[in-house]
Amino acid sequence: MTLPSNDPNLEPRLSDKPPLRDDTRFAAGKIAVFQYSTVVIFLFLMSGFWRLQVQNPEFYGERAEQNRIKSVPIPGPRGRILDRDGRVIVDNHSSFQLLLARESVRDEHLRPIAQGLDLDDNDLRARVNRMRKQPKYVPIVIKDELTPADLAFVNSHQDFFPELVLIQAQRRLYPQNGLLSHVIGYTGEISEPELDLPEFGKYNQGDVVGKFGIEKQYNDSLMGVDGQRQVVVDNRGTVRQTIGTKPAIAGHDLQLTVDLDLQIVAELAMADKNGAVVALDPHSGEVLAMVSRPTFDPNKFAVHIKTKDWKEIRDNPDSPMLNKAIQAQLAPGSTFKPIVALAGLETGTVDEKWSVHCSGGVALYGKYQHCWEKRGHGTIAMHNGIAHSCDVYFYTLGAKLGIDNLAFYGDTVGFGQLTNIDLPNETKGLMPSEKWKLRTQRTKWYAGETPSVAIGQGAVTVSPLQLARAIGGMAVGGKWYQPHMVKTDTSKVKVSEWALNQEHVKTVIDGMFGVVNEGGTGIRAQLPNIQVCGKTGSAQVVSNEFVKAAGSLKDTRDNAWFVGFAPRENPEIVVVALWEHGVHGQFAAAIVRDVLKAYFDKKVRMTQVQQTGNKVAAALGLGLTPVAVKPAAKEFEMGSMILTGAILGTEVR
Amino acid sequence: MAKYLSPRDIDWTVLLIVLLICGVGVLQIYSATRDTDYTSAWWKQILYVVGGLFFMWLMTMIDYHAMLHWVPGLYIGSVSALLVTYVIGEKAYGSKRWIPVGFGVHLQVSEFVKLVIILLVARYLTELRTDELEIREMLKLAGLVLVPTALVMKQPDLGTALTYLAVLIACAFLAGLRWKYVAVIAIVTVVGLPISWQFLNDYQKGRIVSFMDPERDPQGKGYQLIQSQIAVGSGGMFGKGVTKGTQTQLRFLPVPHKDFIFSAFAEEHGFVGVTVLLSLFFVLVMRIVQNAQTAPDRVGMYLCMGVAALLLFHILVNVGMVAGLMPVTGIPLPFMSFGGSSVWTFFLALGLVNNVRLRRFVN
Repeated sequence: MTLPSNDPNLEPRLSDKPPLRDDTRFAAGKIAVFQYSTVVIFLFLMSGFWRLQVQNPEFYGERAEQNRIKSVPIPGPRGRILDRDGRVIVDNHSSFQLLLARESVRDEHLRPIAQGLDLDDNDLRARVNRMRKQPKYVPIVIKDELTPADLAFVNSHQDFFPELVLIQAQRRLYPQNGLLSHVIGYTGEISEPELDLPEFGKYNQGDVVGKFGIEKQYNDSLMGVDGQRQVVVDNRGTVRQTIGTKPAIAGHDLQLTVDLDLQIVAELAMADKNGAVVALDPHSGEVLAMVSRPTFDPNKFAVHIKTKDWKEIRDNPDSPMLNKAIQAQLAPGSTFKPIVALAGLETGTVDEKWSVHCSGGVALYGKYQHCWEKRGHGTIAMHNGIAHSCDVYFYTLGAKLGIDNLAFYGDTVGFGQLTNIDLPNETKGLMPSEKWKLRTQRTKWYAGETPSVAIGQGAVTVSPLQLARAIGGMAVGGKWYQPHMVKTDTSKVKVSEWALNQEHVKTVIDGMFGVVNEGGTGIRAQLPNIQVCGKTGSAQVVSNEFVKAAGSLKDTRDNAWFVGFAPRENPEIVVVALWEHGVHGQFAAAIVRDVLKAYFDKKVRMTQVQQTGNKVAAALGLGLTPVAVKPAAKEFEMGSMILTGAILGTEVR
Repeated sequence: MAKYLSPRDIDWTVLLIVLLICGVGVLQIYSATRDTDYTSAWWKQILYVVGGLFFMWLMTMIDYHAMLHWVPGLYIGSVSALLVTYVIGEKAYGSKRWIPVGFGVHLQVSEFVKLVIILLVARYLTELRTDELEIREMLKLAGLVLVPTALVMKQPDLGTALTYLAVLIACAFLAGLRWKYVAVIAIVTVVGLPISWQFLNDYQKGRIVSFMDPERDPQGKGYQLIQSQIAVGSGGMFGKGVTKGTQTQLRFLPVPHKDFIFSAFAEEHGFVGVTVLLSLFFVLVMRIVQNAQTAPDRVGMYLCMGVAALLLFHILVNVGMVAGLMPVTGIPLPFMSFGGSSVWTFFLALGLVNNVRLRRFVN
């Protein structure tokens, strides 16, 4: 056959070409090669499907399931924290939490996501990178407490950023103004270093756990168990179907021994001061109030604290994160004197009639020691020695007792040891002794050091809680209950006892009654109709020589202490106030007075209510004698709430 | 000549197989596009197939010898159309492949150019009238083919561009390219690969890199390959059932009605379904090769073998990609993937084969 000749391109060339060879046989072998290749190619393709579908269907089936089935956590709410009357101190509230599903995250999405949610781009990137080692299905919480604007952003960008997963979370709601914050503490997302610790072994990445205070101490009881919802999702993360639900289990509520009424009064009294207040029931060790100043806002710690807020707290020289009620280690000053007096009587070194002459100072071991009263107290025995806090009396008594006797009774009342209160990171202070000095400084104790210890200076340091426990235990006749924050059966509370001669105890208590009621140093703690006993303390921060040398570089004014209890017989409450740089113990006495007054006013109220039988009135806070509290700072907003007498719950403004 | 033509001589086996494949395709398109924006795709595909049958009939009726005369015109037309695409083409999925022709219809010129390449190669090789292909002639032919190839690669559409070369190489081999030249081409390819790497786009490089190591970027470049393998593998021996494939239905599988239609099929019908479907394709290719063997002349032989090579290459690359044996190159699966241009091209090619078959007793 020939091609039609109307093709101009072909015609001239045809003649030049060799004769027409148009049979197809020449290619038969090559077509066979093509056929064999086809067989090989199809076998090759089949081998691929054999490998995927026949050899590994489980592996790929599992991955397909991982693609489509997602677990959405249902957070188990933490238990609430209540005060001793059952009023809510810490509650939960629902909020939206935003997760980043790392299986579907795309690197180029991080920047617009960070911008849209007002997050730091580098911060977000760093957090994603930190999670690299974790399995892909573990999501990252990228933002908590979503604002309406954030929600709008997430909803409108669901199609662009399928990796964003919105879940409802339970958030902690703490009291405002840092009320009780050192006791309650705060929660936060478990950190990487914590995950490596054995005590955190049972928690997972992303769990919110207690980090401080009661939240940390009782985390196991408070923490709920998260539930799970299994859902089928498409490639955009849209939920198509719910397969199963494992409900969440809420954590247990925790009832504290704290009385909010007292706590608020104590907070108010400390409003513009640095220091701490502790109120204890000496018959059970229950902590009725515990304040540390300055305070912090635990709400800022919810999951992630902002760097700026954290810097502010960290750089505050007054250490807001320190619970000074259990962590301050300061010289107790004259509040130590009742223990010294007791030691004098118990060891038989002196009796209550033994007296010294105070002329404003005394020379002991070749060193002249001043009394705080430059004019001197004249001839003075134990009762007035305590009431007027005569330093010369106690220098002399201390010198007679010797350091070992002081150390023994210091130990007995619990100085230099942990009280084992149910709060984390308690410190134990120091009760110096010969052994201690030999062990730590490798020198012998020399007798000239003893007089300063006897007035609560020198190496002796205590925390406000230790002091409250020590004086309270003495005041009830020699039973020191382990202080605790959470309501338990009193019979189960650990107690250490020491057989004290009750006559000796009475002598010391009488002296402390004199401090408040007989023109002693603590008259500011007086209350009408209530027999308040107490002891002031004005502890030097540094030695007087150093003050002169250093000028006013640092606040070197004395720390003001007051320890008070009431009533005189069978005391119900012991209160310690520490006002750092408060200059004189008599100013701390006013703080203790306020707390004691609140306690007894409430007691009167409750008795009246019980007598009239009007429980409704009690619940509403009606029919109560108004508590006249001198507000320490006017800008403290809770002042108005105090006058109602009862706070039924915490409020958020 | 017409008197020799009879409907009885149409290759009914091929037609039956092709319609079976098209039917499976329509079913799979229906299953893969439920609850999506493309729910109308399955009946559009039916229209494309019906149109394709018409084009096949047209293609069968015109004597293929006559068509060879149009080659210069078709070639120039193709190159110009590709240039037009390059200028006014509509960008989709990151490349300019379509030109709008009105009524919402978009033509993919590069699909139809495949046929022009087959015609060009067949005519060129026939006119040499030798049993051996000299390297000089080979280079001339390659030059002609490379012009549209380069234009398509520029779109960028590496997959389609490679189909042109596949046809060229297969036919050149049949035309008697000496083994030593085959060896040279092989060596040049091996040596040239690293050099041509420089000319590839970032996304093409990415596809090859992710083929080598898909887990490197499982959410990005490796995503399609991984999801396709998951779909295929999770289908197991008997598949998950029509409309039950989770990878397909929940859209983890990319474009399950187009390039990855075989993956969706493998998920829902399992290894058994894959074996049946691949057998159909195998018989189709072999049947076309058989038509080449019975062709009355060399032109007919080259035309059939060109179509067979085109088909085989498409199957190898598309199905290989689905099974993770080949890198991701966006070329459709013949007769199954949704899309008018592709379906019509293959029906036209089928027409070409029938054309040759009907005239096998001419001499």
